[in-house]
Amino acid sequence: MGKKLTLEQLEQKAIEIREDIIKSLEHAGSGHSAGPLGLADIFTALYFDILKHDPKKPDWDQRDILLLSNGHCVPVQYVTMAHAGYFDKKELMTLRQFGSRLQGHPERTKLPGLENTSGPLGSGLSQAAGMALGMRMNKDHHRWVYVVMGDGEQNEGNVWEAAMLAGKYKLNNIIAITDRNYIQIDGPTETVMPLDNLKLKWESFGWHVIEIDGNNMEAIIDAAAMARAVADKPIMIIAHTIPGKGVDFMEYDFHWHGMPPNHDQAVEALKDLRSLKGKIRSEHE
Amino acid sequence: MSNLHLIEDVLAKDIEKIPTRKGFGKGLLEAGKRDENVVALCADLTDSTQISLFRDAFPDRFVEIGVAEQNLATVGSGLAAMGKIPFVSSYAAFSPGRNWEQIKTTVALNDVPVKIVGAHAGLYTGADGATHQMLEDIALMRVMPNMVVVVPGDALEAEKATLALAEDKRPAYIRLAREATPVLTTEKSPFKIGKAYVYAEGADVTVISTGTMTYQAMVAAEMLFKDGIDIEVIHCPTIKPLDAVTILKSVHKTKAVITVEEAQINGGLGGAVAELLGEEYPVPLKRLGVRDAYGESGKPEELLHKHGLTAKHIAMAAHHMMDKKG
Repeated sequence: MGKKLTLEQLEQKAIEIREDIIKSLEHAGSGHSAGPLGLADIFTALYFDILKHDPKKPDWDQRDILLLSNGHCVPVQYVTMAHAGYFDKKELMTLRQFGSRLQGHPERTKLPGLENTSGPLGSGLSQAAGMALGMRMNKDHHRWVYVVMGDGEQNEGNVWEAAMLAGKYKLNNIIAITDRNYIQIDGPTETVMPLDNLKLKWESFGWHVIEIDGNNMEAIIDAAAMARAVADKPIMIIAHTIPGKGVDFMEYDFHWHGMPPNHDQAVEALKDLRSLKGKIRSEHE
Repeated sequence: MSNLHLIEDVLAKDIEKIPTRKGFGKGLLEAGKRDENVVALCADLTDSTQISLFRDAFPDRFVEIGVAEQNLATVGSGLAAMGKIPFVSSYAAFSPGRNWEQIKTTVALNDVPVKIVGAHAGLYTGADGATHQMLEDIALMRVMPNMVVVVPGDALEAEKATLALAEDKRPAYIRLAREATPVLTTEKSPFKIGKAYVYAEGADVTVISTGTMTYQAMVAAEMLFKDGIDIEVIHCPTIKPLDAVTILKSVHKTKAVITVEEAQINGGLGGAVAELLGEEYPVPLKRLGVRDAYGESGKPEELLHKHGLTAKHIAMAAHHMMDKKG
């Protein structure tokens, strides 16, 4: 990676990424809106500040790994990868289309730079644990595995199998980020299948937990730095995000979990994003 | 067939019997010595899957997953992504029985070289009963694109198959039996992934068998010889990719086929051969195996008898097939 962006530049980048998420989803005519918009700040921080990676050498053997466990949020990853230089932004308009490398859910073998194949929920953390164990066996002590997870997917038993394993082996080279936006397809997470107290759950499995405002760029970058300093536990960053963040009529509304905007809605959404003038203020400030 | 180096006398009363899982354990230990990237994972069944030999030799390359088969497959996927060749083992009833989707998404579709080791598969699981007698594993794994499916015939072949899979870059499933079964092959017998072997030559009926059932087919060949019927026994340790060339060559000659497996014939070896013959060379076919039923507690011999999978049953089926041919 070249020179790091300033905080203001990162925040501006996150707006541009949101704009391209809206455009590509509208063009695709299907896909998930709320999650990707809520995750835009986290993905911007990851690809433009946190991760050790090289878009020109996606197989570089000393790169950090980023896994997306809740594969339905992949539009935010595609858009951020395109902005980071993995491929031309024009390709974003092929999202979900026949013959595209940008599959509806991510496939590792289709697009260089993707590290896993996901969609069916609850498996990303297990794969992260396998990678973290592999890095230890390979004596790669300066690499990390980052894994972005949904909150709804933590209904899956597979997640807690992985949580136990990472706790047992004290895999401090895993930095997991939960997109805690409190929605899933059928409604609010606490109605569908209550997850709180999520922090205590992860702590009781032997994890170091950091809670942040996941739409605050500075908080995200600080939390990742803190996480890398933890010596003896895997790390869970519970990132409180606003689903649909940046688009007024989508925010907090679980109906936007699995829907794309139509043309009129996309126009309105882009207007919303531009009215922010490159600044998304944290609701928690 | 001399170049196959089989044992001299399949009817010998003192024929050596070893469980295929023991051959796997030995093969994995050797694979671990040959390649430091070979790693092993187990879901709380380390001794009965015989992965304990590897664990004791290479403790740093062994991961105890606990009773968590979904995690077993997916942690294996992560290790493979880091350049490892993971052998992930449990009972077949649980892996791939419970974690099929994880295997599909994170191993097969993801195309990483994880080796799924399904122990205690089939009727040889005996007394444990229906829940543990995994009969659907061949069908489950065979329908998965990218997946290799291997069912060794005896302990020596299981050892060779394990070494071959360790050197192969594809995702794979290997099916193992619990009880000791006769050893038909010798150290010199060949094994290649994707190859079927003509164990006995004959022009009357082709009998295609897999796993431990090949022993029964070979005994049936001896019985039938006395009746004046020459069956051609094809041992088919790789169900996928199926060795269509060897099978079709034989069937062109015999024009009648019997398949034998201690698994569901629906989707199993019987299903695979039926699909091949249906498309390429339709001839009379009899599939011996479990016919849309679950297992139950009992001695393996009792279960094989109930499901018509002894040498006598195979011989009887061959007689019927000869009648059909006219």
